[in-house]
Amino acid sequence: MTQTEFLNIVMPFKDKVFRVAKRLLISTEEAEDATQEILLKLWKNKKKIQEYKNVEAFSMTMTKNFCYDKLKSKQAQNLKIVHSNYEAKETPLHKQVELNDSVNWVAKIIEELPEQQRLIVQLRDIEEYDLDEIAKMLNMNNTAVRVNLSRARKAIREKLTNTHNYGVK
Amino acid sequence: MVLNNIEKLLEKYDNGETSLKEEQLLKNYFTSDNVAPHLEMYKPMFAYFLVNQQEQFTKDVPLKTTRKFNYKWISVAAVAVLMLGFYFGTTTSKDELGTYQDPQLAYNEVAKSLEMISKRLNKGTATVGYLNEVNKGTATLGYLNEIENSTSIIFKK
Repeated sequence: MTQTEFLNIVMPFKDKVFRVAKRLLISTEEAEDATQEILLKLWKNKKKIQEYKNVEAFSMTMTKNFCYDKLKSKQAQNLKIVHSNYEAKETPLHKQVELNDSVNWVAKIIEELPEQQRLIVQLRDIEEYDLDEIAKMLNMNNTAVRVNLSRARKAIREKLTNTHNYGVK
Repeated sequence: MVLNNIEKLLEKYDNGETSLKEEQLLKNYFTSDNVAPHLEMYKPMFAYFLVNQQEQFTKDVPLKTTRKFNYKWISVAAVAVLMLGFYFGTTTSKDELGTYQDPQLAYNEVAKSLEMISKRLNKGTATVGYLNEVNKGTATLGYLNEIENSTSIIFKK
């Protein structure tokens, strides 16, 4: 397989991989590294690519696993401490900006969701995958995906309604 | 009518039961300008989803084409070198003196060279001819035997 053939396969979903990675890892730089890593892994195993039924779904599963590994690794835990320290300092400023920007509120709300729900919201509402496809990617059954999706959506709605009402009243 | 429909869809949406098409309808509705005031809070959510769909991965991925060295080409090169070696080797060293195609000519040449050999050989033997004189000398020495005979008779006891 040549480089161009590979790129033709990979190009349509590389942005999706990046966004899913970003959803899980939150940091843009981390997500970029993860995407790069995943594309390189695919490139290394390019001989096997034809055997995969659905390269895109396979890559999504890879991304999910890779990001979970990243989050579990010690490095990420160190980063978390740094991250929360950073957050604590900047909170007042953040809040000021965010009050004006309700779209950022959504980002924040989604960030606070459990990892799995976050991932499912990303795959469904942003990447617009079929529920069956998501179930396959995450190695879950269809109803479990739906339940998680419903919980996530309700949580988002609830928080949005609250902030919205605060804003109005 | 439309609003009623949207509210129904929203409920289905919250339960995770909407199809992708219905969700697309919701997205279209909430990104339009005429959203019902009591549904206003959904607006940022769908706006956020749409904004996030646009995000792209811009980093370059260094795809190294690991060029595997093909050892077949070594043998090809070796053969080429050998061929060249043979070619130049044969042209520079002229060991071969050539052959005669005509038997008559060959016979003449052989006769000529054999004649030359015999001539030289004769010259050699002619010089060796002096050795005959030595033989003559030893023959005359043969007389000494006679003397010995006579002395043995004299001193016979």
